[in-house]
This record gives sequence, C-alpha cells and structure tokens, in this order.
Amino acid sequence: MELILAAAIGVLAASGVYLILRPRTFQVIIGLSLISYAVNLFILAMGRLRMDAAPILDGANANPADYVDPVPQALVLTAIVIGFAMTALFLVVLLAARGLTGNDHVDGKLD
Amino acid sequence: MAELNHIAILPILVPMAAVIANLLLGNLRSISRVRLNIAFSVALLLVSILLLVVLARSDGNLAAVYPLGNWPVPFGIVLVADRLAAVMVLVTSILSLAALLYASARWHSRGTNFFPLFHALTMGLNGAFLTGDLFNLFVFFELLLAASYGLTLHGGGRNQVKAALHYIAINLVASFLFLIGVALIYATTGTLNMADIARAVPLIAPDDRGLFDAGAAVLGVAFLIKAGSWPLHFWLPRTYSAAAPPVAALFAVMTKVGFYAILRLWTLVFANSSGPELAFGQNVLLVLGLATITFGSIGALSSKALDRLASYLILVSAGTLLLAVGYNAPGVTSGALYYVVVATLAAGALFLLKDVIDQILPAEAQVLAVSLEIYGDEEEGPDDSDEVSRTVPGAATLVSWCFAIAALIMAGLPPLSGFVSKFAMISAALGAGPTAATWWFIAALIISGFLVLVAMVRNGINIFWTSLPQSESTRVRTAEIAPIVVLLALCVVLAVAAGPAMAFFAETATFIHSPHGYMDVVLPKGTGS
Repeated sequence: MELILAAAIGVLAASGVYLILRPRTFQVIIGLSLISYAVNLFILAMGRLRMDAAPILDGANANPADYVDPVPQALVLTAIVIGFAMTALFLVVLLAARGLTGNDHVDGKLD
Repeated sequence: MAELNHIAILPILVPMAAVIANLLLGNLRSISRVRLNIAFSVALLLVSILLLVVLARSDGNLAAVYPLGNWPVPFGIVLVADRLAAVMVLVTSILSLAALLYASARWHSRGTNFFPLFHALTMGLNGAFLTGDLFNLFVFFELLLAASYGLTLHGGGRNQVKAALHYIAINLVASFLFLIGVALIYATTGTLNMADIARAVPLIAPDDRGLFDAGAAVLGVAFLIKAGSWPLHFWLPRTYSAAAPPVAALFAVMTKVGFYAILRLWTLVFANSSGPELAFGQNVLLVLGLATITFGSIGALSSKALDRLASYLILVSAGTLLLAVGYNAPGVTSGALYYVVVATLAAGALFLLKDVIDQILPAEAQVLAVSLEIYGDEEEGPDDSDEVSRTVPGAATLVSWCFAIAALIMAGLPPLSGFVSKFAMISAALGAGPTAATWWFIAALIISGFLVLVAMVRNGINIFWTSLPQSESTRVRTAEIAPIVVLLALCVVLAVAAGPAMAFFAETATFIHSPHGYMDVVLPKGTGS
C-alpha cells in the first residue's frame, strides 16, 4: 500500500515537473494539475495510511487508535478546492495570452 | 481583555465587507461608489491604528488572540495580533489607502472589478499577517494571490497578460511547495497552530527530526519565492513593472508577507534552538540575502525605466530583510522592522511617482529613456477632465522633491529614515559582537546603498534635468500627487520620531525573539512550556 501510493505520488510529481518545464502553456497547465494531484495525495498520506477506519469519533469512550486522522482529510479538501479554482483562473489567463499573442508559447513568441 | 481580542479580526472583516458591498453594487461607475470605497479604506486604516495604539500602550508582551468560532487553542484556527502583526497590518492599510486614492483619480476605470479585487488583496494581506495557524496562512496566501492575479491583469495589454502568465505559474508551484511543507510539519508535530508547533518541535522523536527539517526547508523555499529572494525572484521585476501603478504600489507590501512569514516561523521555531538547523538556516538566509542584495543593486543600476528601478529596489529591500532575519539578533531585527515600514512606504510612493512622471514627461523624452513597449498601450483615461483634475502650480518642483526624498530614503542617506534604519541595524550588529558575518552584513548594506544612490541619481538626471517639459504642459492631479506626498511625509515623520519608534520596535523585537513570549500568549495557561 505504502509503496503503491509513494510510486503514484512520485510518478505524478515527476510528470508534472516535466510538463511545467515545457514551452507550451497547455503543457504547463496539465503539469500544474498533475502536481496538484500529487500534492493532494501527499497531504492525505501525511495523516498515516489506514484502511477501513472512520475519521469521525463515535461514542464517548472511543479509542483514538481505531480511527484515522481527520485533519489531513479536511486539509486536502481545502487544497483541492483552492487548487481547482487557481487552475481555472490560470486557464482564463492562458486563453487571454493565446488570444493576444496569437500562439501558445509561454513567452508569447514561437522561436 | 475581551474587547481587545475582538479588534484582531476587524482588519479582515472591514475589507471583506468592502468586497461584498462592491459585488452587490455591481460594476457601476459613479463618484459615490469611489467615495464608498475610500470610506472603507479609511475605516480599515482607523481599525489598524486602533489595534496598534492599544497594543503599543500596553506592555510589550500583550497580544490580541481571537479564536475563530471559539474553538479552544490549538484545535481551532486562531488569529494573533501581536505588535509585529499590528505594524504590518498598519503598513498595509496606509499603503492600500494611498494606492486606492491614487487609483480613484483615473486608474480604477481602466478595467472591471478593480475595487473588489483591491479590497480582497488587502484582506488577504491582513489575514496572512494576523493568522496564527499555518494552514490558514496558506488560505490567506491563496486569497491574496488570487486577487493579485486579477489586479496584475487590470487595464490589461499584451505585456500584462504575459507577465501574469509567468507570475501565476510560479506562484502555483510555490503554493504546492507550501502545501508539501505544511503536510510534512503536520505529520511530524501533529498540529498546525504556530505556537503549538513551536511547543512540539523540541519533543519530536529523533527519527522524525529529519522529516520535520525537510518540511521546514520546503516551506522556507515557498516563502522565499514570495519574498523575492535570489534565485527565486525572476518573476518579480517583470510582474511589478507590468502591473498598473496603484497595483504595483500595493504589491510593494506583498513581498513583505514572505519576509514576515519567514521571520515569524524562524523566531518561533529555530532562533532559540541550538541544533544544526540554526546554523544551517542562518547560513542560508545570509547567503541568499547577500545574493539578493547584489542582484537587486546590479539590476537597479541597469534599469532605464523608473518602474523597473523600483522593482529592483524591492529586491534590494528583500535582500536586506533576509540578511537581518539571518543575523538572528533582537537589535538587528528591530532595525529591520523599522526598515520594512520605511522601505515599503517609499517603494509604494516610487511606483505611484513613476506614473505621475509619465504624465508630465513628453512622449519623446520617454523614448530616450525607456523602451516604447512598456508604455505603448497607455492611452489617456476616459474621465480625463472630471472634477478631480486640477492643475497644481509648480507641479514639477513638487514631483522632483518627492523623487529626491524617495531616493534619499531608498539609498539610506542621512538625514531621512532610510539612514536611521540602516544605522540601527549596523550598530546593533556591531554591538552584538562582530563576527565575519557582521562585516559581510555591513558591507552589503553600505555598498547596496551606494549603488542604489547611483541608480536613483542617474534616473533623476535623465528625468528632471534633461527632459523636463515647458511649464504649460505640466499638469498633475491633486488626487494623484497627494497620496505620494503623504507616504513620503510619513517616512519623514518616522525619521523625526525615530526615538519613540525605535523604542517600540526594540520591544517588539525582544518579544518575538523571546523563547516563550508568543507561545505563552497564544496557548492556554499550563500547556505552554
């Protein structure tokens, strides 16, 4: 489980970094999205990996060891929303740059 | 003091009310709407002054702590307004009022939604200064960045969109680094409250210590990107010089958010520790500060346009502040706090002044000094002849005086406040026992001051001696020159009142450098060590 998750985060982040360094704006935005997935998974993993455990305490004398840490789940929810909004905003600027410069190079020129 | 604690949230609520009011009013262009926005900014300024006065009149160990939703610390998010936060909030409020007054003459009608974005940026800045929770800091960072993306594009042309594209991309990457750092710190300390992190750090298991250090380093990189530190600053000069002048003026305080976050976490977590992290962090901050100052000074020398010059001056001040944090002595920090106030106000004034000079100078004189590309898309605004425009006699004299004062402050020459701040930092550094770092620090401050002076004088000669037009074309709007004069006058007042101001900043620095001051204020009694 740990190995699969770590590999997934690593592959997503590596692909994202590669795409961010590409010269086309569309590649950059896909790269940013991939990195945001990797970061979201990473935040979730920082609450320790646990299968089949609820994040909400149930009953007065519940044992915290039986439950998964709810804070990273709340954090990742916020991070997803913010990352989504920022990507959407970036997409608008990307389209504006495409319209104004006539091409999709990050510097606005082809050569 | 329950009443005091409620003041802590007001600097966030007032701009939020302004954003809501603007959105409800729609995008109508009327003079009453401009007045409403100015009223909101004045209200924010009054709240900030109130907060600072209340804190300044009590002893230095008091802070307004506001637990949101009344959740007990450290489980809920908490707002903490200590003196450092209150000073930064006041600087933001002053600068935002000045920029808003300036923009309300002409610039606000160059695009849509200027006022709501402007107040949202102010809200994000104040929130970032006031919050005591690491993840909440991230949320306020995103809020201020989202508003700044919109404002960068205000009055947009090709250059703005290009600059904004780079700016957004680099800041999105910085946000992801921020999240990785926060996640690692949460994983090792189990808390997000800054005071609680400071409490938990000495208790981290030795096996997890490396993970925590990695998290702190990643978080530090994110803050250094915002602070404009070399080599992470390449977005800064381009974005700041492409943004509309009132927006760029408010951006002058945005790099200071990075400085503030570094100073806050550094003094809380590492400054009083004795591990290898202390030496490592000090070395990194000193080297990066030196590199940033060097790069900023050389960039200032090479700038032909005033807005580029002002952007590089922001880098110089960012480098100076990083050096001061890395020096890790309360005396140097108090000088740096004085410096951050002065440098922010003067840099904001310089961005506004650049726009005034653009209007005075004939176009052919500008061609001599700058590339046409930057100014090519600027047409006169539609409300060119409305009631705010009035001819000021001797406007050119006033503008050149403002420029000279800004130059003196930026270069740190006596008798103005730039000199006082640098003198305070240098004398504190010498007083704390000179080491090799002291001489690097002093040399960097003095040489960068000299280079900035050369750059400012050269630009001044280009603008005022070789190309000032005949008097009949010299028109300056009162509404535009007044905020600049007020900002620079505040810098002069700070120089006159240097004694009480330095005493105040010295107490502030002692408080944030004391090992348990912040923790004792925020954490409930008994849990703080």
